[in-house]
Amino acid sequence: MQAAVNLWPLLGVAVIVAGFALRAHPVLVVITACIVTGVAAAMPVEHILASLGTAFVKTRNLPMILLLPLAAIGLLERFGLKEHAQASIARIKSATSGRLLVVYLAIREIAAAFGLTSIGGHPNMVRPLVAPMAEGAAETRYPDLPDALRHRIRAMSAATDNVGLFFGEDVFVAFGAIVLMQTILKGEGLDVNPLQMAMWGIPTAVTAFLIHSWRLLRMDRQIARAMQKGAA
Amino acid sequence: MIFKLEYFYVVLGLILATVAVMALCDKHNPRRFSSALFWGLYALIYLAGDYLPPVASGVVMVVMALIAGFGGVTLGRYGDRTAEERRSSAERLGHKLLLPALLIPFVTMIGSTLLKDVKWGELFLLDQKNITLSALGCASVLAVAAACWLTRSTPLQAMRESRRLIDHLSWAVVLPHMLAVLGLLFSEAGMGKAVAHVVTAYIPMDSRLVAVIVYCVGLALFTIVMGNGFAAFPVMAGGVGIPVLVGVYHANPAVMAAIGMFSAYCGTLMTPMAANFNMVPAALLELPDKNAVIKAQIGTALPLLAVNIILLYFLAFSPIAVK
Repeated sequence: MQAAVNLWPLLGVAVIVAGFALRAHPVLVVITACIVTGVAAAMPVEHILASLGTAFVKTRNLPMILLLPLAAIGLLERFGLKEHAQASIARIKSATSGRLLVVYLAIREIAAAFGLTSIGGHPNMVRPLVAPMAEGAAETRYPDLPDALRHRIRAMSAATDNVGLFFGEDVFVAFGAIVLMQTILKGEGLDVNPLQMAMWGIPTAVTAFLIHSWRLLRMDRQIARAMQKGAA
Repeated sequence: MIFKLEYFYVVLGLILATVAVMALCDKHNPRRFSSALFWGLYALIYLAGDYLPPVASGVVMVVMALIAGFGGVTLGRYGDRTAEERRSSAERLGHKLLLPALLIPFVTMIGSTLLKDVKWGELFLLDQKNITLSALGCASVLAVAAACWLTRSTPLQAMRESRRLIDHLSWAVVLPHMLAVLGLLFSEAGMGKAVAHVVTAYIPMDSRLVAVIVYCVGLALFTIVMGNGFAAFPVMAGGVGIPVLVGVYHANPAVMAAIGMFSAYCGTLMTPMAANFNMVPAALLELPDKNAVIKAQIGTALPLLAVNIILLYFLAFSPIAVK
């Protein structure tokens, strides 16, 4: 292979791995990795700061999807949105955390496969509705649900949103990842039909649904077992 | 454009500036000055980012990271209502409470599908380069208006609630943003070439199965490091996928690409570097363990990665896939 590859920037990766392994503050890990990477690539300090600044301003659009919905969600929470979500799920007798999340996974993944990725999301669906409902379903059955199980249900709610989104959206032809892959392959002289790429994603998308649903239903059984043991 | 993305930068900048002022006035916040400075600097990036010299924005980012990293962003007091009060207003308002919340995904969806090409006179309704985000911005503003109307609250109360949630998220708000910066810096420093060199120079890929495993696991690992499958894909496709899988073993490129990207997503599920999917939800759901979401996902990600290897091995070289 070519001999003139500069391997020093890999130090930035080493900082990240070491930082997260040592459980250092994530923000400090990231800023240290930024500076180490810059120094390793032989950039002068002023150049590093300028690169950071330009990139920081350029990526301002990223936190918007998280921050803009918060005002409405916060206000609704003050007037009992979470309590309402929990009370509504308590009326459905057959509802369990796992079953509810399987339904949400199906909706999220199918919607994403049709390009409707804005249905769902952590700030506007998971926090105010999905997680409280999943938690509420378990609480209706087991009123003295311990915190550890509550936290596990919440974490699984967030995980379900991610799995549904990731493995649904790549089946949608106009999605950015497909466009990106097509552009890269074209650059290497391979002309690939986007429809074909979307189609070959389907087996993985279906498997993702099956594996995650099985885990969600298994969580129901684990909760039941833990609560039985607690009651005995 | 009628609704430009830049307008929503101003909206968010004003929200963050309000958070900063409220933090400064909150005597119950033990570190109110450093908290106010943190949110004030972030507001500056949104309000004046285009006018600041790049070095100044870089200094702002480093100062924010240091304030957050050394515990300078703390909680104040928010005048929360009791659980009783919330329950009684939930009973009074009923399903109507859901409407403003569902307005956000609904309007965003309508905006980014039906209204994306709509013009008002000569101007497009939505920012053509950022359709989803500008639709989300409109949706959020509409939802605040609807929520205020429904609950008979003032916009100021909506700001207070916004601050309560933003303060609880604390530094998790800026982590995805700073990781995106790191990603850009990585590519500027030539990280892709370095990783591709290490992978291709030191692992012998003299059997088809080994090549498939190196490609899938490499994509997952590289995504774990970079936090983003989009950064990993060009490197691994250029280093292994195209020259080895397609070039030597004649894999179908569509299968190679599709299953490769999904292998990268398995990595996304397992890394703190994908902060907006893994770390931010842990903060949003008030989980004591910041890695709880990742731990919940590993059980799905690892079996799925194994399935991807099997699928790629059997599908990419099968007669139905090879043209």
